[in-house]
Parts: sequence; structure tokens; C-alpha cells
Amino acid sequence: MSELLALIVAKYNFWLYIILMMIGLYAMIAKNNLMKKLVGMNIFQTAIILFYVSIGYKHGATLPIIQGDPGGHGAHDAVIHAADYINPVPHVLMLTAIVVSVATFGVAMALCVRVYRRYQTLEEDELRIRLSEK
Amino acid sequence: MNHMPAIIVLAPLLGAFFSGLAAWIQKPLSYYIALVSTAVSSVAAVGVLKQVLTAGTWQYRMAGWAPPIGIELRVDLLNAMVLVLISAIAFMNLVASVRSVDQEIPDRSPSFYVMYQLFVVGLLGVTATGDLFNLYVLIEITSLTSYTMIALGDIDRAHLAALNYIFIGVIGASFYLLGVGYLYITTGSLNMADVAVILKGIHGSTAVLTAFVLCILGVWIKMALFPLHVWLPNAYSFAPVGFARVVAPLMTKVMVYVMIRLMVTVFGLDYVFNTLHLAEIVVWMGVIAILAGAFMALFQTDLKKMLAYIIVCEIGYMVGGAWLGNTLGMTGAILHILNDALMTFALFLALGNIIYLRKQAAFPNLQGLFAAMPWTMAGLVLAGLSIIGVPPTCGFFSKWYLVLGAFEAGAYHFAAALIISSLVCAVLFFKVFEICFFEPVTDTHDHHGTVPITEAPVSMLVPLGLVSVAIVGAGVYAGTIVNTLILPFLH
Repeated sequence: MSELLALIVAKYNFWLYIILMMIGLYAMIAKNNLMKKLVGMNIFQTAIILFYVSIGYKHGATLPIIQGDPGGHGAHDAVIHAADYINPVPHVLMLTAIVVSVATFGVAMALCVRVYRRYQTLEEDELRIRLSEK
Repeated sequence: MNHMPAIIVLAPLLGAFFSGLAAWIQKPLSYYIALVSTAVSSVAAVGVLKQVLTAGTWQYRMAGWAPPIGIELRVDLLNAMVLVLISAIAFMNLVASVRSVDQEIPDRSPSFYVMYQLFVVGLLGVTATGDLFNLYVLIEITSLTSYTMIALGDIDRAHLAALNYIFIGVIGASFYLLGVGYLYITTGSLNMADVAVILKGIHGSTAVLTAFVLCILGVWIKMALFPLHVWLPNAYSFAPVGFARVVAPLMTKVMVYVMIRLMVTVFGLDYVFNTLHLAEIVVWMGVIAILAGAFMALFQTDLKKMLAYIIVCEIGYMVGGAWLGNTLGMTGAILHILNDALMTFALFLALGNIIYLRKQAAFPNLQGLFAAMPWTMAGLVLAGLSIIGVPPTCGFFSKWYLVLGAFEAGAYHFAAALIISSLVCAVLFFKVFEICFFEPVTDTHDHHGTVPITEAPVSMLVPLGLVSVAIVGAGVYAGTIVNTLILPFLH
């Protein structure tokens, strides 16, 4: 039991993102309201963004800006350890992924507006009844 | 330095920008810009294919940054072929669909052309790129633009179909992104070739297995493999014709390409077939997809829906073939990317012509079509025969390779599924032909019972004719295509 707990604590960022992802997935599958499904979708995407951000982090490391005399020769003399700096690549990747998720969310909300204007409801069961009437 | 690979992708991107601007000056301008940009991209794609045939794989560094830090466009024989296919179909569809777009979405045609070009950018980029994260972004560009264009379709149902597609599409893309994350943790690189080299040393790692499963699952959702296909029939059949014609032949096929690229280039066939023991299960999934797609198509009473389910069935061919684990099966799957894109494009061109004149494609609307639209029906018959797999059309040859591969791998169930689905497709298409040919026209005002010829405009018939020629051509030269493009790629 304590081993399992130790495993969970040691890799807590993975557990957190999986829990968040499952909350999002649950909302997307089980909720009846389209808006709630959209919120679930956003949680789902954010979970993955958190996952990426957490894998770039290192204990005791700092921002990836090289310390020392800018422009002078000092910076070249000092030895640079990769372990002293956080890996910036996953964070930069997530800037793009955030843009993608915002764009998806925007398109989805626009579609919700269109659905609502046409049917005056966002509840899926009601929509299904309205559609089968046609 | 020669920038042709970048031009393939950038031409429609710039085109989209200027199409949007030009619509302020004059609406039709946006169409002509789209036409020019896709034409430029097609010419560049053919140029790249020629270059790749003589000089081998073309590695183009974006903005001069060397991989693995920079993003690379990496064009080899496989994606050179797919690039030509995509850009040519995108161009021909623009020629064919201008009237359909004017008929269906007259007020929003400029936005349609902007989105259309961005969609093509996404497809071309997905095919050309050599970078895993870049692939994700371009998949999302493709998907986002397709959501918007599907929503322009059927006024009652298209919005909901697009929303459902968004929900499922986001899950698919996110799984792929997650898989790339695990790959990045284990290899520290995003460049496909670089990742492949590093992965060779760590085949046993569970993180690599997780990455592989997540990536492939994501791509399967995007390509609508059978249990994950629910979004496809509605999304494609409620979309406007001008878009359905380009998304149906290309989107799923490009995702099959991505799957093959991941299997062959990134993870390596050795890893996929010797380290993992998934192949047998996946071939069974292909079998189920083929049978389920074919039988669901049987119950449709609308030509558009029926064709959408045939796509689900065809996905099973390619996934099953690629996972047979031998060269014949993989050859069949790659050849089927080309052939299925041509056949589906021809079917949807014919479908679009029918809808242009009859507004709907439910089976009762198809009566008397052979008399009224002889040229369109000739195209439909040829494409239908190709789907069934009648030689010398191209559909026969990819099926032939797939069946041979199935026998070599001992996967007799896959061969049986291929043959059963051919029979079901024969039933499907001959049912349609029967309605079009024999059933009397019920609402004719002409008492002599003759139907006047009301054929689609020439701009819609010429692309159909060209694709029909291509279907036969790809069949006749199937051996040449396999020997010059596919086998050198696989070895």
C-alpha cells in the first residue's frame, strides 16, 4: 500500500493529468447539455497542456536564460549545465496547443449558438426529438 | 536553393489570405485566387515528385534551421505521391464545384474558398512534414476548417453533425498529442527521422508502447476506423457538396498515410510487428470494419449516406492491409490510398452532379437518371465497378495485392472479408443502377415516358471524365506505380 502511495506521490503530475482528463472525458460522454460537453472538452485539452508543462520542469532549475555577462566573453567561460535550466521546448509547444484549443472552443461555441437559434435548446435529448420530427 | 516543397504548402496558405482580402473588392475574385493557388501547388507537387524520383528523398529545412531543432519538410516517394494526389484533387474539385457552391451557399462563397484553401494547406502539410508536433498542428488546421465547412451544409442537421465531429475529433487529436508527449519524454526529439534513430535502442520501454498506442488510437479516431466511425456518415453527408467532394476522398486517406508513416518511418516495422503483438488483433479490427461498413451501407436509402458508409468499409481495407505484416499487404494498402482517393472522388463528383440537378440523392430521386444524365451515370458506373473491384479499373489491383498479402500472412479471414465486401458493394451499386435505369419515372409530365436530357454543366463533367480516365489509367499502370513508387519506398 505504501509502495503504491509512494509511486503516486513521486509521479503526482501524471496522476493529476489523468484524473483531469477523465473528468473531461466523462463530461463529454455523459452530459446531456452541449455547453457542458464543451466545458468537458476544454478540461480534456487543458489536462494535456498541464502534462506537457510538467514534463519540462526540473527540480532546482531556473528559467532557460543563460546567466552571466551578456555580450561579453564571460558567458562563454562559465560552464553551462543543462540541469540548471528548465526545458523550454514543451512550454513553447503548448503555446501552439493553447491556440489550437482556443480556436476549437471558439468554433464549437459558434456552432452551439447556431444550434440554439434554430432549436431554442442545447439539451441533446430534446434536440434528438426535434430532429426525429423532421 | 530550391524551395519547391515549401511552395506546395505555402501557395494555398497565401491564397487563403488573399482570397479573404479580395472578397472585399469583388466576390468572384476569391474563387480565382483559390484556383490559382491550388494550381501552383499541384505544379510544385509534380515537380517535387519528379525530383524525388531521380534524386531520392528531399529534406527541406524550413527557414534554414537544421533538424532536429528546426522543422523539416521531408518528401520521399510515398508522400510525393500523396502530395500530387491531394493538390490535383483539390484543384479539380474547385473547377467542378464552383456551380455547386454558388447554388448551395451563394452568400458565403468567399469564406468557403478561404476555408477550403486552409483545409488543403492542412492536408498538404500533414503529408509533407517531417516533424511530429508540426503534424499535430496541421491535423488540427485540417480538422478546424472541416468543422466550419461542414456547418455550412444542411441547415437542420449540419451544425449538430459538425459539433459531434468536433467532440470526437478533439479526442482523437488530443490522444495523438499525448502520444507525442510520451515520445518526447523518451527521446527528447520531435523530428521523425531523429526519433526513429533513438527509438531503435529502446524498443522494450513501456513509455514507447504507450506513445505508440496513443498515437495510433488518435489517428484511428481521425480516420474513422469502425467502432470510432460514428461521426463520419453524418458529417460527410450533411456537408455542402463542394466540401464533401474533397473531404471524402482525402481526409481519411491522409490519416491512413499518417498511420503508415508512423509505422514505417517513426516506430519502424521491426518494432510494430516483432516487438509488439498487436497485428493479429488489428487485422481482425480491419475485418470487422470492412464487414460492418459494407452491411451498414446496405441499409441506407440515400446515395450520399451509402457512399459515406462505403468509406468506412474502405478504411478497413487499408488498416487491415497495412497490419498484415508483409510487403504485399503494405503495398496493397499504399496503392489503395491512391486508388480509393480516385474512386471516392469520382463517386462524389457524380453524386454532386446529381444533387446539383435533383437537389437530393435519396433513392426515389434517382429514377430515370441514365436517360437524363448519361455522362454522369457513365462516371458513376465506372467508379462503382472500381469499388467492386472489376479489372481493369484500379480498385481491382489494390484488392489483388491485399488478397495476396492476406494469403501470404495466413489471414484468410481478411481475404474472405475483402471478397464478401466486394459482393456487398456489387449488390449496393447494382441496386442503385437498377433504380436509375429501370424504375419508371413517377413524376414526369411527359406523357410519352421519355426523359429529356438534363446533363450537368461541362465544368462539372470534365473533372469527372478526367478522374474516370485516371481510374482506368491507375489500373493499367498499377504495376509501374508499384515498382517505381511503392516498392522502392518500402525497401
